[in-house]
Amino acid sequence: MPALPATPGLSFKPEHFDEIAARPGAVGFYEVHAENYMGAGGPPHAMLTRLRSDHALSLHGVGLSIGGAGPLDTDHLRRLRALVDRYQPESFSEHLAWSSHGAAWLNDLLPLPYNEETLDRVCEHVDQTQEALGRRLLLENPSSYLAFEASTMSETAFLRSAVRRTGCGLLLDVANVFVSATNLRSDARSYLADFPLEAVGEIHLAGHTAEDLPSGPLLIDTHGAPVPDPVWTLYAEVIARTGPLPTLIEWDTDVPAFTTLLDEAARARRVLEGGRDARAA
Amino acid sequence: MPAPPDPLTRPGLPTHAPIEAALAAALWQGTVPAGLTAPDPQEIARRFAVYRNNVAHGLSAALARRFPVVARLVGEDFFAAMARAFAAEHPPRDPRLMQWGAALPGFLQGFPPVAALPYLPDVARLEIARGTAYHAADADPMAPDRLAAALSGAAPESMRLGLHPSVTLLSSPWPIVGIWRANQAGADPQARARLRNARGEAALVARTPSFEVVVELLDAATHAVLSALAQGAPLGRAADGRDPTEALTLLLRHGLVTRCSADPGADPGPDVATGSDPIPHSEIMKGDAQ
Repeated sequence: MPALPATPGLSFKPEHFDEIAARPGAVGFYEVHAENYMGAGGPPHAMLTRLRSDHALSLHGVGLSIGGAGPLDTDHLRRLRALVDRYQPESFSEHLAWSSHGAAWLNDLLPLPYNEETLDRVCEHVDQTQEALGRRLLLENPSSYLAFEASTMSETAFLRSAVRRTGCGLLLDVANVFVSATNLRSDARSYLADFPLEAVGEIHLAGHTAEDLPSGPLLIDTHGAPVPDPVWTLYAEVIARTGPLPTLIEWDTDVPAFTTLLDEAARARRVLEGGRDARAA
Repeated sequence: MPAPPDPLTRPGLPTHAPIEAALAAALWQGTVPAGLTAPDPQEIARRFAVYRNNVAHGLSAALARRFPVVARLVGEDFFAAMARAFAAEHPPRDPRLMQWGAALPGFLQGFPPVAALPYLPDVARLEIARGTAYHAADADPMAPDRLAAALSGAAPESMRLGLHPSVTLLSSPWPIVGIWRANQAGADPQARARLRNARGEAALVARTPSFEVVVELLDAATHAVLSALAQGAPLGRAADGRDPTEALTLLLRHGLVTRCSADPGADPGPDVATGSDPIPHSEIMKGDAQ
């Protein structure tokens, strides 16, 4: 199965469709949220069909609830399988988080403690998903605002074990690393030093907003702003270690003009080309 | 005496399900659950509020995207509060947010704060029909010359038409088309005033082959003919003595006839609002009952 190209990619927004269609190859791939393409027909599928015919595609799920305590929704797995079969994306990714409870779907990525019990559950869910889709999935590290007394292992140890036990890959969201480290008053570089980079199949970069708490900043992962400088710095450090990786500029709220996204992609391209040079040297 | 151990933090026992349940319950109301930590424990509630805001704002924004005219009619802040009450009572059942909100008309009917806006449920039904049309299955329209040939045969009255899956027919005691149009960007500012003494209206909502979702105002006869055709009645019975020209013209203009068959056994009715379509046709037609 072909992989995503080790180039910048962009979140696909329907309002940019005409500009994207007029400039095929402006970036190496586009990423879509799987759940937006679960209607029967109409404009969403027509646009995605056209987008896919010109570009590599990353299918990014936001609704599977892999980190949930209950069983996965097998109807949702079937819908994902239908999308994978229809559009043959180069990559499928989901989150280390839960988003449904009981019969309700909550439309957010909610946190779980990291311990042997939750690791077993997440690995079962990853295995089940990879089997249902007939492909490897990339699991994304979350943005954190809190931690749990019930956690007995670090997030990086949890992800490393999940990779070893399920064979899944990882989606490294460098913005989430920065947001979480800032919020939990820990060190992003230590996190990245312990991150199983060899399993990373894609990188996400995004912007956030900030609130002030008495103890310091609380960053909110909004995907609605330019990638901030500290995230670019961490990203360059990762690429210097890994060489070029598919890198998504993730922008989902307050979506700007397409040219603004292209500017962000150009900045990622410069880092990727630096990484290529660094590795070749 | 020491306090009994907190079930969320006692080591060696299941943590996943009780923690998820406690967090899920606390997203909507009540105190922040035990077992959470932060560098400064005083700030746990502020941090948990991020999740509360994400869930409430995310669902409210999703509902506003699907019901923009309802949101405009009640105002942004009111809509957000109402969406919160709706989400607590009728949360999405799966991640397909484009299908969430089918229960909104019924909810509005029983929601006292909007009792002064009795037309709101039917406006919501019209917006559901628009969303349904946008996402409905694709189906090629019959070529106009083939359809014309079929309808000019020996017994046009026995012909049954298969309508495009995007078609919904609505009828309301309120001027729903006028209200909807008056609340579109660039609408004539006088349009609202003219609604004051307006009568009930019927509408055809559908998606054209060029992917435009249209809202057509129908007279009562045309609504009756189209509704009967949508339910699979042959043309003669659907017309029932009325002139079906206007109904057929609309269908033809918007490319909404996908099949035409003289076979009395054939029932093209299920073409309308079926498949993975979220709202059964009969649900939408409840607007007729008012």
